Amino acid sequence: MAGGYLPDTPADRQRMLQRLGLRSVDDLFAEIPPALLLAEAPELGPGLDEQALARRMGALAEANTGARLVCFAGGGYYDRYIPAAERALLSRGEFLTAYTPYQPEVSQGTLQVTFEFQTMISELVGLPVATAGLYDGSTALAEAALLARAATGRGTVAHAPGVHPQWLEVLRTYAAGPGLAVAPLERMGDPQDVAAVLIQQPDYFGRVVDVRALLASRPAGALGIVAVNPAVLGVLEAPGAQGADLVVAEGQPIGLPLSYGGPYLGLMAARTELLRRLPGRICGQSSDGSGRRAYVLTLQAREQHIRRARATSNVCTNQALCALGVTIYLALLGPQGLRRLGELCFARAHYLAGRLAAIPRLGLAFPHDPFFDEFALTVPDAAAAVRALAARGYLVGPAVDGRTLLVAVTERRDRADLDGLVAAFGEVAGGAGV
Amino acid sequence: MAEEFPQDLGYTAEHEWYRAADGAVGITAHAQAALGDVVYVELPAVGARVVAGTPCGTVESVKSVSEIYAPVSGVVVAVNAELAAAPELVNQDPYGRGFMLRLRAEGDPAPLLSAPEYRALVGGH
Amino acid sequence: MPASEAEPLLFEQSAPGRIGYHLPPVDVPQALAPGDALPAAWLRQRPPALPEVSELQVVRHFTRLSRRNIGIDTSPYPLGSCTMKYNPKINDEAAGLPGFAGLHPYAPAELAQGALELLWGLEQGLCALTGMAGFSLQPAAGAHGELAGMLICAAYHRQRGDGARRRVVVPDSAHGTNPASAAMAGFDVVEIPSGPRGGLDLRALRAVADSRLGALMLTNPNTLGLFEEDVLEAAATVHAAGGLLYYDGANLNAIVGRARPADMGFDICHLNLHKTFSTPHGMGGPGAGPVGVRADLLPLLPGPRLRRADLPGEPRARLEWEAAGPRSIGRIRALHGNFGVLVRAYAYLLAYGGGLREVSGDAVLAANYLLELLRPVLPPKVERRCMHEFVADGRALASVGLRGLDLCKALLDRGFHAPTMYFPLIVEEALMFEPTETEPREAVEALAAAVLEIVAQAGREPERVRQAPTTTPVGRVDEATAARRPVLRWPG
Repeated sequence: MAGGYLPDTPADRQRMLQRLGLRSVDDLFAEIPPALLLAEAPELGPGLDEQALARRMGALAEANTGARLVCFAGGGYYDRYIPAAERALLSRGEFLTAYTPYQPEVSQGTLQVTFEFQTMISELVGLPVATAGLYDGSTALAEAALLARAATGRGTVAHAPGVHPQWLEVLRTYAAGPGLAVAPLERMGDPQDVAAVLIQQPDYFGRVVDVRALLASRPAGALGIVAVNPAVLGVLEAPGAQGADLVVAEGQPIGLPLSYGGPYLGLMAARTELLRRLPGRICGQSSDGSGRRAYVLTLQAREQHIRRARATSNVCTNQALCALGVTIYLALLGPQGLRRLGELCFARAHYLAGRLAAIPRLGLAFPHDPFFDEFALTVPDAAAAVRALAARGYLVGPAVDGRTLLVAVTERRDRADLDGLVAAFGEVAGGAGV
Repeated sequence: MAEEFPQDLGYTAEHEWYRAADGAVGITAHAQAALGDVVYVELPAVGARVVAGTPCGTVESVKSVSEIYAPVSGVVVAVNAELAAAPELVNQDPYGRGFMLRLRAEGDPAPLLSAPEYRALVGGH
Repeated sequence: MPASEAEPLLFEQSAPGRIGYHLPPVDVPQALAPGDALPAAWLRQRPPALPEVSELQVVRHFTRLSRRNIGIDTSPYPLGSCTMKYNPKINDEAAGLPGFAGLHPYAPAELAQGALELLWGLEQGLCALTGMAGFSLQPAAGAHGELAGMLICAAYHRQRGDGARRRVVVPDSAHGTNPASAAMAGFDVVEIPSGPRGGLDLRALRAVADSRLGALMLTNPNTLGLFEEDVLEAAATVHAAGGLLYYDGANLNAIVGRARPADMGFDICHLNLHKTFSTPHGMGGPGAGPVGVRADLLPLLPGPRLRRADLPGEPRARLEWEAAGPRSIGRIRALHGNFGVLVRAYAYLLAYGGGLREVSGDAVLAANYLLELLRPVLPPKVERRCMHEFVADGRALASVGLRGLDLCKALLDRGFHAPTMYFPLIVEEALMFEPTETEPREAVEALAAAVLEIVAQAGREPERVRQAPTTTPVGRVDEATAARRPVLRWPG
C-alpha cells in the first residue's frame, strides 16, 4: 500500500492470527453474510505517500484564488488575525489528540481550559452560566429557541428584523421537530404564546440595535434571547446587562480562522434559573480525595448519554479545540485589547464607509442607522460588483440582494487596504460593469 | 440507617413510599442506595395534580436519572424545600428529612405494598 | 505521565495593565470613536474581567495545562465506540494551508474551486464506501447528522401523507444520541430489548413494525461490537411495515472497505469523520457527521448541494452551489460544514485509497487479539466473534474485590487511557475495549499485560487498587458535590 498508518507487519499479523487459531484476516469476517462482503475494496484510488498527498492537497488549496484576495467580506464571519501563540498552542498533541474528559484525572488540562473558557464567556456576555460550547452560532440560536419552548411551554419564537438569514433557516429546520412556529416580531400572533424573542446585535446588515428597548418590549413570560458578535463586547454593553435571559454567539470572530465556514464555535450563556435546561457539556469545580482543586464535567444528567430521549439536546461532540482557541485569543487580548480591537475596527469601518458613500452611484443602504465595523453598501449590481472587485484583488460581500452588499473591516485591513478598496470601487462604479 | 422498611408506610414496586398519616412521599432506602449520591430532585409544583403510577418528578444522581412515580392520586400540598440546597438528605434520611413531597390523596386508595411485601420484593437486603 | 504540579487559573495570574498581544495602531484620519457615534447607554459600562497577562504567561499557562492531559499522541486510548486512531499530522498541515484556512465562506464559488473539488471528492468517496447516493457534509458531529437523518425521515413520511408514523425504534443497546436525536425530530422513541446473542431481537422488532413505525435506528456492528446477523431480516421487516432503516455510522471502522450499509438495506446514515476517518478529537470536538441517503431521498438532504456546471470552453466543468429544492429539510447549520475537519478526512481518504480495507482488517484483528489476551481475567460479555471492539464483563473482577471503575482508574496510573465504562447500559459493569488498527501489536500486548498485572495486584492488596489513580495530577474527583453545588466559573 502506498500510504497509510498501519504499524503491523505481516509477521505481526501472523503472530496474532496464530494466537486466535485463524489463518487469515479475512477469517475474522466469517460471520458477515457472504452476500454483503465486498470482493474487493471500493474504487478509491491507489493511496498516496505523504509527498504525493502534500502535493495534491497543496494544489487544491492553491486553486482557491479567493483566499489570496484582500478580504472585506463579512456576513457574520470575519478575517481575524490569529496570533502565532494561539496557533502554536493549538497544535500541541495533548490538546489536539485528547478525547472528551470523561476520565477527569488525566484530563485536567482540558477541564481547566473549559472552566476558564466558561468564565470568560460569562464575563463577556454578562450572564452567570456559560456552557462548554456548541457547534456554531446558527445551531446555538436554534438550541436556544428549543430551550425557550421547553422552559415556557409556548409555541412561537419571534425574531427581530436583521437576524442572519442562514441562522433563521437553521432555526426553522430545528423548529420542525417539535413544531415550533417562527415568526417575525410584527407577526408574532398571540403574545401569550411567544416563548422567546430573538435579537441579533449587530444585526446582519452591521447595524447596532437598541437591545435594551427591544428586550423591554417583549411579551411577558417570553425569554429574551440575544445573538451577539462577541468581538464587539469590549465596546458595546453586554446583553446580559441589558436584560437578556439567554445569549448565544458565533465564536469565530474572537479567534478562529475563516476556513471556508468551519470548524467554528457556538457560545451559550444563561441566567441561573435556566441552568438545568442548557444543552451540551458544562464543566464545574470540585476537589479530589486529597483536597486538591479539580475540574470535572458536571450536571451530566441533562445530557443524552444519561437522559436519552428526554435529554435537553442530543449534543455529544462539541467544538472543544475551537473553544481552546478562543480562550487563548481572549487571554492574549485581555479586556484592554478587546476594547482596542473594537475601536480600531470601528474607526476604520467608518472612515471607509464615508469614502465609499462619496463615490457616485454608491451609497450606504442604511445611512441613518449606526453601525459597528460592518455596513451595507448600495450598488447598481451587487453580484457584478463582487466579481469586478475580485478581479482587482478585493473580496467584498455577501450580496444581500441584487443591489446591496456587505463590507466588513477588521484589524487586518490597514489604511492602504482601505484606500485601495476605495480606488477599486471608484473604477468599478465609474465603469459599465457595476 | 435507622430502619430500612418502616412498618407504617405503603410502598410501590418502583421504590416509592407513602405515609397516609401526613401524605408524605419519598423514595426508599433501597432506592437511594441503588442510585448513589443524589445530586438533584425535580419536584412538581404545589397545587399540581398527580395520578397514581405516573411520573411526578425525577431524582438525579451523578450518572443516572430516575422517575418518581406518584404512589397515590391526589394534589401536591407541599414540596420539601430543603432538598434544593441539600439533596443528600435523600441518601441520609430517606424516610424523614429526605421526604420529597406531601399529597392530599383523592379518589380510590391505590393498592400499595406493605413493608413485608416490599422487603420480599427487594430481597430483604 | 501527565504533570502533577497544579496550575493556577489564568485569572489568578492577572495583573492590571498586562497585555499579551498588541494590535496595530489606529491609522485613519479623524478616527471616529464609538462614544462619538453611539448613545452612551449602549456602551460597555464595566470591562469584562478577562485576565491581563503577557504572551509568555499565556504560552506557559496553556503549555503546562496541556501537560496535565493525555492524548493519542502520548498514550493508547482503547475507548470502545470512539475509534481513537492516530491523527496524521500531514492532515493538520493540509487544513492549515492558507488556501484553505484563509478562505472566507462567502467567497464566490468560482474563487473556491479547490475547496469545492475537495468537498465533491470527499462526498464521492463516502458514497463509494457506504453505497449511499449522496451526502450532505453540513453536520458538525455524529449527533448532528443523526438529527438531520431523523428530520429527513420525518419529512419523507410527511411528504407521502404518512405523518402518523410518529415512532422511532432503537435497541436498548443504542448510544444515547440515537433516542435523543429522534426525540428532537419530534418522534416518540421505543426501546426494544436485545436478544440472547447480543444482537437485535427480531421478535421484539416485529411487535413494533406497524403503521406507526417511522424508522429503526441501528449501528452495525452494534454497540457490543457484534455484527448484526439479522440485519437483512430487520431491513425487510422495517421496509415491509413502511418504515425507514437508519444507520449510525459510529462503528464503520469495523467494516470500512469490506461491507456497505446500503447493501444491508439502510436508507439513511451518518458517519463520524472524527472516528473512522482519523480527524483529531480535540478534547471533544470539532468533528463532522455527514448524513447520507439512498437515491430517492436525495431531494430531502440539507442544501445547498454541489453541482457540476458544464461551461463551454472550460477544460474541466466548474463546481457550484445549488440551492435546496422544496423537499429539502433545510439547512442543518450555516455555511458548508466543519470544512477544516472535512479537509483532514479527505486527506486520510487519499492516503489510503482502496487500502482502507486493510484498516478494518487490522482493527478487527487487534480487537480479537486483545480479547484473547484478556480472557483469563476479563472474559467477553458475549461469546461470539467480536469486530473492532468488544465488551468485557467487569463483574469478573469482583473475585479480586474490584469493580470495573477500579480497573479503569488503575490503568490511568499505568499510562493508558481507560476503556469505555458502563456503556452500553444493558451490560452491568461493562468495559468496552477498542484498540484500533494504529496500535502496534506490542502496544496491545502491553495493555493486556497491564490489566493482568492490576488484577494480580488486587489479589494481593485490593485496597491499593481501589485508591487508584495515585500518580495522576488529581485523584478521583468528588462528582457529587460538583453536581449538588455547581461552581461553573471563577470566582466561585
